[in-house]
Amino acid sequence: MPLLTPLYESHLAAGAKMVDFSNWEMPIHYGSQIEEHHAVRRDAGMFDVSHMCALDLVGADARGYLRRLLANDVAKLTVPGKALYSCMLDETGGVIDDLIVYFFSPERYRIVVNAGTTDKDIAWMRGVLSGFDAALKVRRRGNDAVAMIAGQGSDVHERRHTGIDAVAMIAVQGPKARERFWTAFPEHRSASEPLGVFQAVESASASGDWLIARTGYTGEDGFEITVPADDATRTWGKLLAAGVKPCGLGARDTLRLEAGMNLYGQDMDEDISPYEAGLKWTVDLKDATRDFIGKSALATRRLDVQFAGLLLLDRGVLRAHQKVITPQGEGETTSGSFSPSLNQSIALARLPLNIAIGDEVEVEIRDKRLRARVVKPVFVRNGKNLI
Amino acid sequence: MNTPANLKYAASHEWARLEADGSVTIGITDHAQEALGDIVFLELPAVGRVVKAGEECAVVESVKAASDIYAPVSGEVVEANQAAADAPESVNADAYATWLFRIKPAAAAACATELGGLLDAAAYGATLAATL
Repeated sequence: MPLLTPLYESHLAAGAKMVDFSNWEMPIHYGSQIEEHHAVRRDAGMFDVSHMCALDLVGADARGYLRRLLANDVAKLTVPGKALYSCMLDETGGVIDDLIVYFFSPERYRIVVNAGTTDKDIAWMRGVLSGFDAALKVRRRGNDAVAMIAGQGSDVHERRHTGIDAVAMIAVQGPKARERFWTAFPEHRSASEPLGVFQAVESASASGDWLIARTGYTGEDGFEITVPADDATRTWGKLLAAGVKPCGLGARDTLRLEAGMNLYGQDMDEDISPYEAGLKWTVDLKDATRDFIGKSALATRRLDVQFAGLLLLDRGVLRAHQKVITPQGEGETTSGSFSPSLNQSIALARLPLNIAIGDEVEVEIRDKRLRARVVKPVFVRNGKNLI
Repeated sequence: MNTPANLKYAASHEWARLEADGSVTIGITDHAQEALGDIVFLELPAVGRVVKAGEECAVVESVKAASDIYAPVSGEVVEANQAAADAPESVNADAYATWLFRIKPAAAAACATELGGLLDAAAYGATLAATL
């Protein structure tokens, strides 16, 4: 049975074409994926990201637990509301998931994980909880029930309830996203206007407690807001009235690809280490005394590949898992699509070392070899073409 | 869903129209363009290529996915629609006005049999209804 976010009816009302995404029924587009893409690059668009899972971590050992769980180091988070992107690794150094963690105090964090990996993530996180004085609470709603999972040391239990603590998440993205958000919700302006990039604030209003974060997955400015599930429809409607265009998962994918952001399950998975996915910058080894899961294995992982971008020079469309032929050996595309901003096809790829930015390579598409140029894996940011 | 009565349809979502000169014009259906989403690239067959009915001979790529196009009838490709290749989004705008290529059958009788094996608008519409 497919899962529905609290915004399901809002999507249907906006003319969404719905598809299955990790067992969630989600909008792929509302008419034209390309128009939605341009709306985010040029003005403001919004995405229902309630299928992703928000978790609250609370307890005296919360900080110590995350320093063990994550490859990036939450110790660098000292300002309340500051967010951090990290991989969660298994013992072999493979990526279980990538996530964002928000710091409120050393005893309290919010974590947001991917939809398709939620169940295995929670199982893994619960396993690691053992021995730590911390509790993990799931803040999501399926059709009408929400699972709540609490762990106090090894005392882990699970119960179901009807959604009192459930949240919905909406990403409002684009150069005009913040302005339009403030038009819709002037009561949240004073709290959210001072936010720096990758910073969040808990903002209370008559409609309940919101989390407003200056984060996103599009390469544009904007907010990701977390609201009580019961307030989701009203929130969406007010943003719509403020001129924010509903955007589906299709545009979300081309926007993140242009921004050079990895997609879990496509650019990386449990067989891939952060080093093979261009995410070395997220593995924090500065504190030599910190022993995070996967750390010792990372030293043994392959370092003979690099993660780069490809710009297709011939006509066609790059897709994931196409063979790349270079003078140094073969590589593979991990994500590929048509870039609406560049009006040209782009891809992320794992390539042999010694291939340099600016080199020309070939990509095997069906029975043809098409020419592509190696570029830095960031194609468009803040509305600007970087190629 | 728009399925003009004057065309024949393949279950793989191509439409075919027999012209007065005996050639057959081919495109993809409105349902196909809708399912593919924004179309950004057309790989059309080379003029002069001889194809058999059911053979892969073109590719339509949308932002979302690549889709093979099969020749509904056998014959020689006599024309590819360069205007469509230059503006692939025109397939989304009107899938029936934006033809992709034309095939000249070797023999009119064999072509008539192949066309007869395709679906009419009502039968094609029924296959769509069955998949919904």
